[in-house]
Amino acid sequence: MTLALPSAPSQTSRRQVLVGTALVAAAAGMLIAGMLAMWMKFRAGAPTRESADGLKIIKDWMSKDIIVPEVAANTMFATFPFAALMAQWAVYAAKRRDGQHRSLALVILFGIGIAIVNAQVAIYAQMEVVVAEGAFGAMFYAITGTMLALIVSGMAFTAVAFFRSVGGRDDDLQVISANALYWYFLTAAFTAVWFFVYVQK
Amino acid sequence: MGAVVSVRALHLGEITPEVRKGHGVSPGDHPKMTTNDTHVGASTKSSGSSVVASVGQWMTSSDHKKIGRLFIGWSLVHAIEVAVIGIIFGLERMSPSSMQIFDGDAALQLSWLFRHVLVLGLLAPLFIGIAIAVVPMQVGSKAIAFPRLAQYGFWAWFFGSGLVLISLIANGGPNGGNADMGDLFLMGVGLLLVGLLSASLSVATTILTSRAPGMSLDMIPAFSWSALIASIATLLTVPVAMSNIIYLYVDHTYAQNAFGGGKGMETWLGWIYSAPHTFVFVIMALGVLAEVAPVAARVRQPLRPVLLGGIALISTATIGAVTQTNHVLDLSGTNGDKLSSTVLFLLTNGLPLLGMLVALAVAMLSFKEGKPTVNAAFAFSILGVLMILAGATGSFLANIKDAGLQGTSFSEGVTLYLAYGGVLVALGALTHWAPKLWGVVLDDKKVLGLAGLGLIGTVLSSLPLYIAGFADQPANIVTGFDYDGPVALWNVLAAAGSALIALVVLAYVGLLVAAVSAGAGAKDDPWDAHTLEWSIPSPAPANNFASLATVSSSEPLLDAKPSQEVPA
Repeated sequence: MTLALPSAPSQTSRRQVLVGTALVAAAAGMLIAGMLAMWMKFRAGAPTRESADGLKIIKDWMSKDIIVPEVAANTMFATFPFAALMAQWAVYAAKRRDGQHRSLALVILFGIGIAIVNAQVAIYAQMEVVVAEGAFGAMFYAITGTMLALIVSGMAFTAVAFFRSVGGRDDDLQVISANALYWYFLTAAFTAVWFFVYVQK
Repeated sequence: MGAVVSVRALHLGEITPEVRKGHGVSPGDHPKMTTNDTHVGASTKSSGSSVVASVGQWMTSSDHKKIGRLFIGWSLVHAIEVAVIGIIFGLERMSPSSMQIFDGDAALQLSWLFRHVLVLGLLAPLFIGIAIAVVPMQVGSKAIAFPRLAQYGFWAWFFGSGLVLISLIANGGPNGGNADMGDLFLMGVGLLLVGLLSASLSVATTILTSRAPGMSLDMIPAFSWSALIASIATLLTVPVAMSNIIYLYVDHTYAQNAFGGGKGMETWLGWIYSAPHTFVFVIMALGVLAEVAPVAARVRQPLRPVLLGGIALISTATIGAVTQTNHVLDLSGTNGDKLSSTVLFLLTNGLPLLGMLVALAVAMLSFKEGKPTVNAAFAFSILGVLMILAGATGSFLANIKDAGLQGTSFSEGVTLYLAYGGVLVALGALTHWAPKLWGVVLDDKKVLGLAGLGLIGTVLSSLPLYIAGFADQPANIVTGFDYDGPVALWNVLAAAGSALIALVVLAYVGLLVAAVSAGAGAKDDPWDAHTLEWSIPSPAPANNFASLATVSSSEPLLDAKPSQEVPA
């Protein structure tokens, strides 16, 4: 049996990596949104009690001994837009087939990632939250640890893009764009985490 | 209309003279499909014939048809497993006072095993497996997007399922007494959900990026459309479950005071296994029916946009999944309370049911307008969808507070209708696509008989639990409830229904194995079908298409055939 179908022209790339990254970002966004929703639910539902002098109502959520290191947290928050900027610089350079600037932007982006991880570790060291101490401890480590894992994934993605870049892949715009998209997502996700976990507490 | 390429040439790479002359496509000029899929599939053959080599070949294959068949095969193993558990479950309930098989903890873990395997061990992976195997062929792609991710998805699901099984046997599930095994349970569920997410990501990306030239989203086959909707719904809802699992795991491992330990697992994870979230996993069942019905009726699908809209409407169930509750209709309280309760109830229970009804009605319109022949694939599909509809209707009723059905075995009946109905549809899908997946056509009469038995088995296993729910029989196996008397009969019937389902699945697998062993070669297009997968040889070769066709309608193959169909 021979049936006729029109032949197809040569096909251009359909941006598989970019679309896949967008779907991953959407799924990871739901993960963080779900965690933040639970965080807010538990914070709102935390039991309250009177203070020893009977003058104040205290919410048993975050121990009063815990002090959020605002410098480290705010530095992390302020650093993310620069990460997104570097990622976009890499896209700009890739569009111009400028391999040197593309690789430089990716190296700086990876370095910013290390700085962000370092700040998170500093926060853990300074806050000294005990994981077994109530809902706050367990949920604090769960949500910040998840965010940290997403950041490390972004760094791994950037490392792959960098090695492809120095390997001479001048046609790698899609991967570089996908990497930038992921860092934009990380910036948005961390902004939400910063606001609800470190600012509102 | 441009040049023509013979359907056979799509696989063999033969280009007709007209094409060479008129459009400059030369032999060997095989257009690159995407940036990623040119290397896929061809490397799956192994020269070794030993079992080890064969196992290694299956374990490392990036051929989407093999990955899909792995999902399908293990899901069917779980179908038999769950049916056996269903039999034990029914027997346990018949008379726990005089013939108790399991003690309290074990009975509870058995309940969870039953629930877990039905939803995450059977329903979800079965349809994802079919999608992985079929969707790339349907949309005219040489391979699935991110094949290694899809392969990882299977193994993550497989090993995650194993961890869950071990933990439940060791009394580590929700409300279980073994804390270490509780951690293992959470790890297992997390791992298998990552597997399902990975597979869904591959399917969704394939449909969004790797369609044949000219195939816009509104032209994709109905099954692929349903796979896209289900995959995206999975990608949006399962991460919410993952967020709960991460919290539960950290709390359960270190603190055990915020989420309620073992009891908390049921509280925070129960919604994954319940309607409306389970509706997300049956969206593809409607897609199978919408694919099979117009082919059986030999007509183009009438009102296709309405059909696609109906399938998409089912995804409103994601709202209930994201809010992690089943939104009960409670007409007590103020008018504002009543209104908000009604709106949320209708959004999460009413709209998915409406979507199913619309998709079913429009799919069946093809039978009205065509020259229908009832074949086994269609019989399995329509009966399965009717069972799913019975489950969705049951879920609608169960969530009306005044009906008093919450917490009863009625909800188990809902899950069984959805899961066993899903199995029936999946068997219909396998019958339909068996020529492409295994190169065989199954004996229609024998498979038709199995469809009838499957219907009886599903009704027997589920309907008695509906009735027992009205008699206030609690969900799960509990001590203190009198299982003697009239409800004993319903539990016997439910056990018999599960036994019948196990028999049907075993018999179906037997028929398939016999057909494959006999090596009866199937024609390329045995059903006179409409979509691209039927333009390639049976069984489908690695890389599916040697060259690509331009698609200009939702039934590209039908366009290419001499006009036989009844005009819609």
